[in-house]
Amino acid sequence: MRRFVYMDNGATTVVDSEVVKTMLPYFTEKFGNASSVHGKGQEAKRVLEESRETVAKSIRAKPSEIIFTSGGTESDNLAIKGVVYNDKEKNHIITSNIEHHAVLNTCKELEKEGFKVTYLDVDKEGFIDLEQLEKSITDKTALVSIMQGNNEIGTIQDIEKIGKICKKNSVLFHSDTVQSFTKTPLDVKRVNVDLLSFSAHKIHGPKGVGALFVREGVKIKPLYQGGAHERGIRPGTENISGIVGFAKAVSLCKSGHVEHMKKLRDYFIDSVLKDIDDVLLNGPRKERLCNNANLCFRHVEGEGLGAYLDVNGICVSSGSACSSLELKPSHVLIAIGLNKELANGSLRFTLSRFTTKEDIDYVLENLVKHVGKLRKISPLRS
Amino acid sequence: MYNKKVMKRFLKPKYAGKIKDPDAVGEVGNPNCGDLLKIYLKVDKKGVIKKIRFNTFGCGMAIAASDAMCELVEGKTIDEALKIKSKDILDLMGGKDVPVLKVHCSVLGESALKEAIKNYKNKKK
Repeated sequence: MRRFVYMDNGATTVVDSEVVKTMLPYFTEKFGNASSVHGKGQEAKRVLEESRETVAKSIRAKPSEIIFTSGGTESDNLAIKGVVYNDKEKNHIITSNIEHHAVLNTCKELEKEGFKVTYLDVDKEGFIDLEQLEKSITDKTALVSIMQGNNEIGTIQDIEKIGKICKKNSVLFHSDTVQSFTKTPLDVKRVNVDLLSFSAHKIHGPKGVGALFVREGVKIKPLYQGGAHERGIRPGTENISGIVGFAKAVSLCKSGHVEHMKKLRDYFIDSVLKDIDDVLLNGPRKERLCNNANLCFRHVEGEGLGAYLDVNGICVSSGSACSSLELKPSHVLIAIGLNKELANGSLRFTLSRFTTKEDIDYVLENLVKHVGKLRKISPLRS
Repeated sequence: MYNKKVMKRFLKPKYAGKIKDPDAVGEVGNPNCGDLLKIYLKVDKKGVIKKIRFNTFGCGMAIAASDAMCELVEGKTIDEALKIKSKDILDLMGGKDVPVLKVHCSVLGESALKEAIKNYKNKKK
């Protein structure tokens, strides 16, 4: 029987109904501007600070270290440009070649402005080389920006070790934690990290809201000018309803969800590898986001397979050139050494806490059927 | 993202498959996106393409476009087939309805056809 199975939670997630319920009054009765001194404004200010505390607590930060933004992309831009524009003495950034475009394209833009950027290589599972990182640091290095969990292949970098290297060399460390937030432990008291990017819509919160953690004492230059909102670092009237929804989404995340996703993900990967031949798992088996499976079905083109799954109610995303606006295969898959054909044959399946075993079985059944069908007409298969 | 005509062909391509002892084969790759298309022809003594089949490593649009190309070709003579352009293939799939980004998929069909006919003519020499 046809089902609807959403397996693209790395792209975005359904907003939890509890989150929606919590947000609604902030559009109608509690609509105040947190900067207003009257009662309505102060009502908004109170909930803004409560929300800040909830988000801060989840990573053991101080509330004053959380700056609300419009989401992951803005947080990445604010972190990187904010640091390098503030430090006139230094002009070098180190990042990796599997970062999200929000980081990569920010760095590319800075290169045009005269900054130097080192793009670290990754191995076939997507891990950076810590030695290469340390060797790349110079006295001109202002910032290291390495993501925690990769959005495509799920690789979880050892940010604790990266943090130590940065501390030893007195370099600031930013990590894009948009995908790993609430899914991978993150404790800023224990780990030396100076800036972290978050997004609400990846954790069953609303779109258009996120945050940047800025460790106390770290100075960043605002990207635009305005009022004194968010300590002047991010001017603009706070998106109270969004922020309330973000905080609610954070408070609804439980460690049991991680276990649930991990179990189903392993069942999914094991079953695909067992039931279909010539399948490769992209990314590592162990140090991997709990909800991510990225699989390459050899001799099958990913966009075509994705379209067959879509017709059958299954939403996934593809690393194929055919699905991208630039007609280029995923830069992440190319960085881990896949050739064009393998990258074009890869699909990403991302689970959520709402994914069930029945969902997985339905996806498996469809994969067997449609991979078989497409292989039958593949010129690479004869 | 695809219109009904494309979806219909993509889901049930009539010409997908191989021909065991073809009179000619044409294989082309799309340098833009990495797609591959291989076509098989069966040609009778009068030069009529009696049967055409395709294999593709390509997206939904590539499958649909290959199928549309085969439909245009089957039953035509070699000379008639050479007049088929990617625009004709596109027209069979809703023309202006086709996403701009996917137009290059129909070009692959035209190139594979030309390649197969070239191989056929070389063989005949």
